[in-house]
Amino acid sequence: MENQVKKQIEIAAPVSRVWRALTDSRQFGEWFLVKMDGPFVAGQPVGGQITHPGFEHVRMEIVVKAIEPETLFSYTWHPYSIDPKVDYSKEESTLVEFRLEATAGGTLLTVTETGFDKIPAARRAEALRMNDGGWAQQVKNIQAYVGKTS
Amino acid sequence: MSGKRPSSARAKAAVFRALGDETRLSLLAKLSSGKRYSIAELTEGTKLTRQAVTKHLRVLERVRMVHGTREGRESLFAFDPQPVIEMKEYLDYVSKQWGVALARLKNFVEGDQE
Repeated sequence: MENQVKKQIEIAAPVSRVWRALTDSRQFGEWFLVKMDGPFVAGQPVGGQITHPGFEHVRMEIVVKAIEPETLFSYTWHPYSIDPKVDYSKEESTLVEFRLEATAGGTLLTVTETGFDKIPAARRAEALRMNDGGWAQQVKNIQAYVGKTS
Repeated sequence: MSGKRPSSARAKAAVFRALGDETRLSLLAKLSSGKRYSIAELTEGTKLTRQAVTKHLRVLERVRMVHGTREGRESLFAFDPQPVIEMKEYLDYVSKQWGVALARLKNFVEGDQE
């Protein structure tokens, strides 16, 4: 059983450009829809305020793990920890890794998220339920995106 | 996205918890051959007691990953793939979320809004 999520995308831009969009916390926030409190520093925790419509009350807390220039950026977090009343800090986290590779067309970005089996069962169910609205919104976001670029 | 998501999410979460154990994973690996096994057969070649195997089978039964049927004096256990399919759905859901975020990243970078 492979309890991991893996996602790849080709981006028509040099690795150095994609690297900045990932590791400059302000740029990260532009597409992840979060306003981070500070920069990403290896080994350091950093928080941010979600800017995603409908989730502006939600905080995001991550611990940056690896920053290997233009190769690997990783952090741990508590995925979908979206109830402000709950302290998630003692729970197991998942690991998110962004890996970059140069291709003929630009950059191949691979995201993996691992460790889902350690997340408390009750909370995962809750997160999924609360995220249904978020997912509907994200469908709208992507429709808007497709409409804009096609 | 679907209306039945909330109720099935609880079941999925329980499946994840049931899977968070090496012994149960190894029992499942054996059961996933599709054959039905007795407790004696599942205990054979392991360091586990029959009691321990029975206890783990009950956990897997509760989340419907394993189905036990009475056969004469003993129970035979078989793998039920449905909860695994549901868990895959959960991971697909997380995967979709990443897909949407990465589409925004692509748009951001290619639009060169730096």
